[in-house]
Amino acid sequence: MVTSLFFYLFSFIITACAVMVISSRNPVHSVLFLILAFFNSGALFVILGAEFLAMMLVIVYVGAVAVLFLFVVMMLNINFSKIKEGFQKYFPIGSLIGFILFIEIILMVFSGDLLVNKNNELNDNIPNTHKIGSLLYTEYIYVFQLSGLILLVAMVGAIVLTLRERPGVKKQDIISQNTRKVSDVISIVKKESS
Amino acid sequence: MNLYGISGEIFLAISGMIALLISVFSSKDSSLKITTRFCNLSLLISLILIVLSHQNSGYLFNEMYVYDGLSLYSKTLILLGTILTLLIGSKPQKIDGFNQPEYPVLILFSVLGMVLMSSSKNLISLYMALELQSLPLYVIAAINRDNLKSSEAGLKYFILGALSSGLLLFGMSLVYGAVGDTSFSLISEVSSQNMSSILLVGLVFILSGLAFKISLVPFHMWTPDVYEGAPTPVTAFFAIVPKIAAITILVRVTFSAFDNAITSWQQIIIFLSLLSMILGSFAAIMQNNLKRLMAYSSIAHMGYALVGVASGLLEGVSGVLIYMAIYIIMNVGAFIIILSMRRDNQIVEEIYDLKGISKTHPFLAFSFVTILFSMAGIPPLAGFFGKWLVFYSAVNANLIFLAIIGVLTSVVGAFYYLRIIKIMYFDENDVNLDVVENKSSMAILGLMLFLTLSFGIFLNWFVETTMGIVSLI
Repeated sequence: MVTSLFFYLFSFIITACAVMVISSRNPVHSVLFLILAFFNSGALFVILGAEFLAMMLVIVYVGAVAVLFLFVVMMLNINFSKIKEGFQKYFPIGSLIGFILFIEIILMVFSGDLLVNKNNELNDNIPNTHKIGSLLYTEYIYVFQLSGLILLVAMVGAIVLTLRERPGVKKQDIISQNTRKVSDVISIVKKESS
Repeated sequence: MNLYGISGEIFLAISGMIALLISVFSSKDSSLKITTRFCNLSLLISLILIVLSHQNSGYLFNEMYVYDGLSLYSKTLILLGTILTLLIGSKPQKIDGFNQPEYPVLILFSVLGMVLMSSSKNLISLYMALELQSLPLYVIAAINRDNLKSSEAGLKYFILGALSSGLLLFGMSLVYGAVGDTSFSLISEVSSQNMSSILLVGLVFILSGLAFKISLVPFHMWTPDVYEGAPTPVTAFFAIVPKIAAITILVRVTFSAFDNAITSWQQIIIFLSLLSMILGSFAAIMQNNLKRLMAYSSIAHMGYALVGVASGLLEGVSGVLIYMAIYIIMNVGAFIIILSMRRDNQIVEEIYDLKGISKTHPFLAFSFVTILFSMAGIPPLAGFFGKWLVFYSAVNANLIFLAIIGVLTSVVGAFYYLRIIKIMYFDENDVNLDVVENKSSMAILGLMLFLTLSFGIFLNWFVETTMGIVSLI
């Protein structure tokens, strides 16, 4: 009873936040509402007994992604009214597609084909952090390694696209400073006195 | 656990990391050259390892990774195609305005993703491999950062690729919701008993996501812009290699995961194939840029190849596999010529720049003509056999209208191929075209020319091998 009460509370807040994210005029407010939505979905995971996922959601989405968004919104001077210009033009077709997708999802959920695993074994004594860890490093080691490779590629790609050396930029080159010898730099010229 | 079946891929991953180190520690002027050579060598070694380790078939990592005839075939094509594109692209890069040594490394990681993709037998491993193959592609599309078009191509490709990944994931989650598992064998079991609506919607989304990667109409919008904007060696890679992996995984999804639900996916594939053939043929008529033309031609070719999948027959799949081999041969040949076009040390890529090339460079013109005839599907050449096999399977599956439309669109396609030939042979040139004829490219062009001319001799061997492969999917 109490759990379902909390479930509805958190779900309501998430939905309200989601609406606010797309409707608020100030982009900073949008990001803040997004963070609130993430926190509440973390709370939903706690209700399900998945405390590890809840923590990950808060750390990854709130800690990294949302703060990144906030930085982008505040640092870059984006003209949001310009982005929203086409809103009226695209609203009918967008809402039509959204409506069709919504109907499809409703039909599917109520068709009874969805397997809902009711007897989840989350309530035994092993904490689910432990469980996820042992699964990740045994059964899913292959995809775990693959995701490592994807992160490596993402890092290399980001560096390739952003690192560039402009000619004529003055910057410190420590190796060349340290390997400088007196004889390379100073030369003694004998000047004849006139 | 015995990791022998995946040894080629492990080797490729490790040598990719070593290549990164090599690119850092070699001197700035030669690092691109050295890294490219190293990557070529490691691609070759991993090809040998893969051929050796895939002699038997089996599963690894809880059936997430499968090594069998199909994966061996497509891995061989992928690795050979990559080695060829790296070889033909190794000279022109300097003029193309990029010399980042990470270029071959990114290609190597992308190839690793493709190779793993053609071996995946589980939705999770499929998705991870797909991301590993597409992430480097976004970067190398934009690798010429000083060029506005290249950056635009990278961004466009990235955004649409992310969208397609979203579609794919949405479909996968629906399939997982209906099946309760992500392995293809279990999906096949459930879909044969009860093809529920949720499974069907999931299948539609998965196929749309894959159609993005193969650039089938209506998911083709990014293709011409990305092909035009990306540096030409990169375009050659885009046009040749990723398609093989994507077609392979499409075959695996349709014939391995949803093998008992042919009626559900057949109409979708027919629809995609019809639209791709029609749009690819008609839209290319208006193009004057060779790279855009190749983009539309690749869309049309993928449409033809898909006719074989649409037939739902094993001989159709064997036709698709042979079509992909022929597709590589023709495209490598065509891109060698596009890559060698220069005027005053500038890259030119308009059709009209080819005017009068038949007099100044007869060998180049002759091989281009042969390749274009082959693409149009003129009988004794390779392209004809590919089209013949897929249309034949469509007729056998009673999809006669599909075969008829395929033949009609190839006639339309023949028009724009013949237009290039007309410009090369019958138009007078006002300004001479400089052609970079480096020896290795010309040797490869000769080889491709030989294969195009003599494919009929190898046809029986190809049909037997691919029939053996597809009977075991």
